[in-house]
Amino acid sequence: MNSIDHSNQKFPNSMLEKTEIVIEPRSRWFVLGLREVWAYRELLYFLVWRDIKVRYKQTVMGVAWAVLQPVMTMVIFSFIFGSLANLPSDGIPYPIFTYTALLPWQLFSQSLSQSTSSLVTSKNLITKIYFPRLVIPVASPLSSLVDFFISLVVLVGLMIFYKIELTPRIIYLPFMIAFAVLASLSVSLWLSSLNVRYRDIQHTIPFIIQFWQYATPIAYSISIIPEEWRMLYGLNPMVGVVEGFRWALLGKTVDLGFPFYLSILIVVILFIGGLISFKKMEDTFADII
Amino acid sequence: MSDISIKAENLSKQYRIGAKKQKDRTLREALTEGVSSSFRRRGKPAKTQGNKTTIMALDDVTFNINYGEAVGIVGRNGAGKTTLLKILSRITKPTSGRAVLYGRVGSLLEVGTGFHPELTGRENVYLNGAILGMHRQEIDTKFDEIVNFADLEKFLDTPVKRYSSGMYTRLAFAVAAHLDPEILLVDEVLAVGDLEFQKKCLGKMETVASEGRTVIFVSHNMPSTLRLCKRGIVLDQGQIKMDGPVTEAVSFYINSVLGGSGAREWSLEDAPGSSEVKLLSVSLINESGEQVSVINVEEVIRLKIGYYVNTPGMAFRCFVPFRTQGVTAFSATEPTEIVREETGVYYSILTIPANLLAEGDYIIGISIFSSRGGKVRYVLVPDAIGFEVMDPMRGSSARGDYGQKFDGVMRPKLEWDLVYSGQSHTNGTNL
Repeated sequence: MNSIDHSNQKFPNSMLEKTEIVIEPRSRWFVLGLREVWAYRELLYFLVWRDIKVRYKQTVMGVAWAVLQPVMTMVIFSFIFGSLANLPSDGIPYPIFTYTALLPWQLFSQSLSQSTSSLVTSKNLITKIYFPRLVIPVASPLSSLVDFFISLVVLVGLMIFYKIELTPRIIYLPFMIAFAVLASLSVSLWLSSLNVRYRDIQHTIPFIIQFWQYATPIAYSISIIPEEWRMLYGLNPMVGVVEGFRWALLGKTVDLGFPFYLSILIVVILFIGGLISFKKMEDTFADII
Repeated sequence: MSDISIKAENLSKQYRIGAKKQKDRTLREALTEGVSSSFRRRGKPAKTQGNKTTIMALDDVTFNINYGEAVGIVGRNGAGKTTLLKILSRITKPTSGRAVLYGRVGSLLEVGTGFHPELTGRENVYLNGAILGMHRQEIDTKFDEIVNFADLEKFLDTPVKRYSSGMYTRLAFAVAAHLDPEILLVDEVLAVGDLEFQKKCLGKMETVASEGRTVIFVSHNMPSTLRLCKRGIVLDQGQIKMDGPVTEAVSFYINSVLGGSGAREWSLEDAPGSSEVKLLSVSLINESGEQVSVINVEEVIRLKIGYYVNTPGMAFRCFVPFRTQGVTAFSATEPTEIVREETGVYYSILTIPANLLAEGDYIIGISIFSSRGGKVRYVLVPDAIGFEVMDPMRGSSARGDYGQKFDGVMRPKLEWDLVYSGQSHTNGTNL
């Protein structure tokens, strides 16, 4: 007992309680270890902070890029799809119609392209230091959230310009944002862990993102999709996210229907499945990366 | 509760080698393999297929380390030292066996892990601290101490990409040194920085060890191992060859693991090196042409390096450091990058004059490289062979008839003169 008292004097603060770490081959029991992720929340915070700090370093435009990207896309879409192709926008001015959808889409595509290679680019950390690997892909959607909020300011400006009135539905906006983050996260978990083993993933990302963008009602309205295809369409979780955003912000659009709820279900399934598959592969990351 | 701090039971780690597939498996390969193996799996396990051989990086390793012990792990490259540290620091999982660590663990397998070049020194201290497992408050309170230790107050707000490599290392080590774990796992981090800073680091590590924390220290640097640790574990081919007082462990390592016959040979298949040049043999030959591992101080010795040149017309040089007591006593190199016109086996032979080396254990490393148009290294074997230098005390060596402690890593036989200048006390004797 002597030695324990002795040690307590030497290590004040956090080290008072003795931790016990057991190292074993891959355990048969499946442990998510979310509590450990929580214990490492400061690391998560610093990784997000680093991503944000570094993202626009040594650029002339700086943070303006966060706004320019969706705004430029909006301008292009408004010209091609709004003016030339004359796609319907549910009676809402086309620029704001598409910009509302671009906000969650940028969050999604940005976190996807970053988190897919995130584990591989953090090779140094993974092979040299122990920490719950989950914090790495989780950091990407969170750091993209900052860009999201910056571009949200532009939306407020657009809404004032086009005199769009807020409805009480705005109180659902935080939920929609959380939904968008969760959707990004669930896909990121899959892609980042698969990319450790199959680097093919990171090469296909540009195509995946491009295809996914056209499969999501960003430039067009969901109303042009025939009723009988809506169910299949709702399998794309971003359909629910985008519709949710329009519904909460623009008010006038059609009520959230079946595709929205289907999207939520899909995201939940993807997220849980992604967590499980990530944890299963996690143990081998340091060996195969 | 007992005093045990680390308990390892039958730890083993198996790696697959020769199976390049495993490493960069592409999706297509996995798909085709998956399809074919789904047929195969019914019968035999797929493991028996092809050139997938496995090696035991760690083979049934068992030990207990008590609280407050400082243990040095020695062994040549590939003996499993780093694998052991990686398992204990939970970076990779053992294939079998079990280990329990009682206490907060800090591992330093590299300094500056996670440093981001675009961030400033100040920002990197926080980032790196968080990566090493420090809390923000902890970093806040230790910040000044860290900066002082690194001696970089002026450059705190400069991005580290503008740092010199020495500054970078200093900052990185300073952060790591202020990690306060109960169990500290350290791998070779002292092999960096200038001499003065190395001393500072070693001093810091000594403090950590003397404060009653458990330290596991992996290093090629024998004097620091000797200074820092009380106990040594010798690893060779994944197994514990010796576990005991550090002085015994170090000499066991030098004599039996490195020494052996004073010569080593490789077959062409497993010879170290690149596809262009492969090291085939290293041996020490005495004047009568015999292979030796213990040499006489007064003997001329030849170091014979055999290698296979696969590409004709290659220009390179052999470079040979002689290490003893943890320092490089001297290095020798071929005077120029000689062109080897033919493919085949060459021998480079180095003559070591008599009365040059001091008594003790030496380790010879072999490096073969070319530095014309960017450095290309073909062969690098840091612990190629070891040998012992003996003084038979015949009175004719540099020792003369002095038989006691004689410091130094070199022992040239030098001239002494004695001049008598009479009984007056005047200075300025003329020779």
